[in-house]
Amino acid sequence: MNIGLNPLLLVTFFPLVGALVVLLLKPKWKTALRWTALVTSLITFGLSIWMLTRFNDIDPEIQFELNLPWITLGNNQIGFHLGIDGISILMVLLTTFLMPLAILSTWKAVEERIKGFMAFFLLLEVGMLGVFLSLDMVLFYVFWEFTLIPMYFLIGLWGGERRVYAAVKFFLYTMAGSVLMLAGILWIGLQYGSFDLTQLSGSGLIPAAAQLWLFGAFGLAFAIKVPMFPLHSWLPDAHTEAPTAGSVILAGILLKMGAYGFLRFNLPLFPNATVTLAPWMAGLAVIGILYGAAVAYLQKDVKRLVAYSSISHLGFVVLGIFALNLQGLQGAILQMVNHGLSTGALFLIVGMLYERRHTRLLENFGGLWKVVPVLGTLALITTLSSVGLPGLNGFVSEFTILLGAFSSTVIGSPWFAGVATLGVILAAVYLLFMFQKLFLGPVTHEENKKLKDVSAREILILTPILIFAFWIGIYPKPFFMLMAPAVEKLTALVQSAALLAH
Amino acid sequence: METVQFFNLVPWVVFLPLIGLTVNLLVGRKLGEIFAGSFASLATGLAFVVSILLAVSLSSHPEAVTIPLGDWITIGTLTVRWAFRVDTLSVVMMLVVSGVGTLIHIYSIGYMHNDVRHNGDTGRYARFFIFLNLFIAAMMILVSADNFLMMFVGWEGVGLCSYLLIGFWFEKGKNGTGNAEAAKKAFITNRIGDFGLLIAMFLIFVNFGTFQFDEVFKQAGQVAAVKPGVMLLITLFMLLGVTGKSAQLPLYVWLPDAMAGPTPVSALIHAATMVTAGVYLVARSSIFYALVPTAQTVVMWVGAATALFAATIALGQYDIKKVLAYSTISQLGFMVAAVGMGATVAGMFHLVTHAFFKGLLFLAAGSVIQGVERGMHHANHASHDFDPQDMRQMGGLRKQTPLTFRVYLIGALALSGIAPLAGFFSKDEILVSAWQTQPAIFIVLVLAAFLTAFYMGRQLTMVFFGEPRTEAAEKASESPLVVTLPLMILALLSVLGGVLNLPGVHTLETWLSHTLGEGEPGHFVWVVAGISLVLALIGLGLAWMIYSRKTDKAYVDPLKRALGSLFTGMENKWWVDELYAAIILNPYRAFAQFMADPVDLGVIDRIGGGLAAGTRALAESIRKLQNGYIRSYALLMLLGLAAIMTYLFLR
Repeated sequence: MNIGLNPLLLVTFFPLVGALVVLLLKPKWKTALRWTALVTSLITFGLSIWMLTRFNDIDPEIQFELNLPWITLGNNQIGFHLGIDGISILMVLLTTFLMPLAILSTWKAVEERIKGFMAFFLLLEVGMLGVFLSLDMVLFYVFWEFTLIPMYFLIGLWGGERRVYAAVKFFLYTMAGSVLMLAGILWIGLQYGSFDLTQLSGSGLIPAAAQLWLFGAFGLAFAIKVPMFPLHSWLPDAHTEAPTAGSVILAGILLKMGAYGFLRFNLPLFPNATVTLAPWMAGLAVIGILYGAAVAYLQKDVKRLVAYSSISHLGFVVLGIFALNLQGLQGAILQMVNHGLSTGALFLIVGMLYERRHTRLLENFGGLWKVVPVLGTLALITTLSSVGLPGLNGFVSEFTILLGAFSSTVIGSPWFAGVATLGVILAAVYLLFMFQKLFLGPVTHEENKKLKDVSAREILILTPILIFAFWIGIYPKPFFMLMAPAVEKLTALVQSAALLAH
Repeated sequence: METVQFFNLVPWVVFLPLIGLTVNLLVGRKLGEIFAGSFASLATGLAFVVSILLAVSLSSHPEAVTIPLGDWITIGTLTVRWAFRVDTLSVVMMLVVSGVGTLIHIYSIGYMHNDVRHNGDTGRYARFFIFLNLFIAAMMILVSADNFLMMFVGWEGVGLCSYLLIGFWFEKGKNGTGNAEAAKKAFITNRIGDFGLLIAMFLIFVNFGTFQFDEVFKQAGQVAAVKPGVMLLITLFMLLGVTGKSAQLPLYVWLPDAMAGPTPVSALIHAATMVTAGVYLVARSSIFYALVPTAQTVVMWVGAATALFAATIALGQYDIKKVLAYSTISQLGFMVAAVGMGATVAGMFHLVTHAFFKGLLFLAAGSVIQGVERGMHHANHASHDFDPQDMRQMGGLRKQTPLTFRVYLIGALALSGIAPLAGFFSKDEILVSAWQTQPAIFIVLVLAAFLTAFYMGRQLTMVFFGEPRTEAAEKASESPLVVTLPLMILALLSVLGGVLNLPGVHTLETWLSHTLGEGEPGHFVWVVAGISLVLALIGLGLAWMIYSRKTDKAYVDPLKRALGSLFTGMENKWWVDELYAAIILNPYRAFAQFMADPVDLGVIDRIGGGLAAGTRALAESIRKLQNGYIRSYALLMLLGLAAIMTYLFLR
């Protein structure tokens, strides 16, 4: 195998090349730094598209696998093991798609220490891609922890007023979860002689009793990341204090690492525990959906409002995952993409408003549709995508998740989905409240009367996202087809393992 | 001989308005008002032509045809297509939507010309037509869908258009946010209904394995036999959706507020088409309801109760559009009661004629309002304390706006059920059904019909008769031809609409039987016709007697003295909005606040903080062990060693 041309290696580490170039540039060459980062992320996106064209979407197995011996620990091999399947490919594409847009959003927003910002940003991309592509538990853990560092600095150095508090909180919460996951990884590795996910998944090696606590150890790390109620407190602060581009990536991708962790680890490694605990996870998910929606309403800071909306939207993801049927799981994966798009776009819009007014308080806005009609229209479409209006992306995933959960034999009761459906009403309540406070009504503040409408650059940032919002809303088939074989394999694996145990 | 079939054209009923809105989105503002308005009207007009071609095709081939366009969602056993269903039921809806829709588009060319100037933002002219075309597209998706999920796309799509158009002047209304609030209220109330529809759809999928109409209804009998409880749940949750979209008890509260939208919107969306979607849904699912008598009973009582309840409120309103809004709720109640009784054709018949005469009434009301607005400018009224929609400020307009008066009269008589206008026949069919099967419903509906005639008589008298009560009314003037022409066409339809399903001929009945199955054709019962006609005449006459004497400037409604607190209740809409605020809105607000502050920031956020503090305390105590004295380390080592040895021995 020609290692150098392995698409995964190229995609994952190309941003590292860009980061190195950034480090070589002088801090005062602002334009060069920005363009280097942007072009790097665009090439990375191109590489991921090239990978997509070579991806065989009817094959449920891992593709472009790369397995190099890395560390030997006693009798155990820790491999530098990368691979991609229908589940991870969408996450990789989402990452490489959102990065250039996020970088473009910093054009005017980040003026200080651009060099460091761009370097951290590109390093972050390496970490996130590594998380989605690792097939060795230790390697996964390394990438997982690695993402913390750049994000910590992005929040802590370029964030808002309470940035340091938010950064430390983000770091501690995530670390607290990760430590238990590390213990779990080491225990599995030492007990069963392998850190390799492809060997352990569906192997039936891990007995049901051990599965329960291992599910807890891994699940805690992932649940904090998602975040699931009641482990979400780091999120509103981190989202609110992070710079716009950081919020976009945090909501768009970092949260997905948690949900992805459930899919990649908890389901295939601990299928019995998964089935046993599914109703509990579904219950927490439903609480999260309603709780996030209730708390989001009446927030005074629009960024906090959007942050809490993430808790609600990610609740749908978890509900879909633990429905453990095709509709639920495929809906959940699509919802991960959709949340990345719509919440990413919402944060971008909030950022655009902030750049104009230097405030995020809802009371300082109002009536903006009249002043900035194009931005108003783009914001309306984004809001509706988040509301889950049919014809746009959010509806397809939320509907399939609810349908899957409603009929899930594992969750065992239609009540979970039935109550979760109330979230559809509550989402309209807080999102239309937000839209009204920002864009409708009369212009009450003198400062708002002369705001500039979106620039060409800003249109360029939002348009690709909205194109996907319509595409997924109207014709989601290609997305479902991409993930279907891998999801079918995963569903079969969990169900057969759970059946064997009974 | 094979005739040419046009079924393949059906996607164009959606695409044509989409093309219309896309063009207006790109160049509508640049090319000016005439272009934007005409192009949008043309797009809808062509959709009407397509609908006619479909109807022609159906007349020679009355069986349903499905035209698939593409796959939408395919996961495991779930397959949902973008597919259009052409049958006699869906085409009736298409004809109404695009036909009445085209007339309202044309009317809007003139109406919005004035409206954007009156409201001071001419830039919004093209936007109005973009929204209007979007509405036609969404409504067409709703009625042409061949499965529940695609129908739901249209269902929520029209809800969005309703939201956008109610809030069209989003910076106006009470405190500047009134219109935006009304728009939000409409959307959220409808979402409550949509929640019901979603649950109904989940239940349908779990029990039928598909969303496709044919396949679902084919199995309905079987499922109803095995799982009657499930069928009851499906039909009742569906009813929740109906009460939202078709503004029935208890979710009707958004429709009166929706009058914040420009008047053509009230006519098209909030009277003629969108609000009838619920009636269409029950008609479409009539097989379900026929299998669940309990649900039928609930549906017809919801409809009948709404018909009467809303009519009492209409009696106490002063805003010309609010009267029509409550009247619409009431008439929708008639339709819902009809489809609930299984008189689906009667319900659909009334849906069509109501689209004519209520569309007419709203548009004519718009003509009245703009006439008064023009008078207002002439009279130099201070505009902010003068409400051109307040009937107390009108009077005598039959002279100033003679054409509008005549068409309004026709609409009002049709609505009141005066023979031989359209409303008489369609309402009569509903009343006959009730007479034959549900005496209690009959009494409620006849009462509502009497009140209908009364409040229309009251409105006619207050607006058009007597002497002008204000200078603005005195100086009001007639609208231009582009506005009055659609009025005249709709007036003609309101006169002749009864032909669609004349007793003994049953054109609509036969037409719909291809989709709904052969039913008992409605009879003409002389007693019923007599009762309803006499009551209507009494209602109109009584209103005339009471209100025509009223000319003084400080207008106090004569009924207020007669009915006292009863009238105050009607005036205040029986305080239902206040009730909902007290039992739903405010508690949710308080709950959200409680969750946000004491709970999330106070409790859950402290969990993390508490853990941190605990860790710090632990670290503090452990730190004390590290005191730097070799002897204490040695002691610890000894203790540890002892512990390990003990463990190993005892093991």
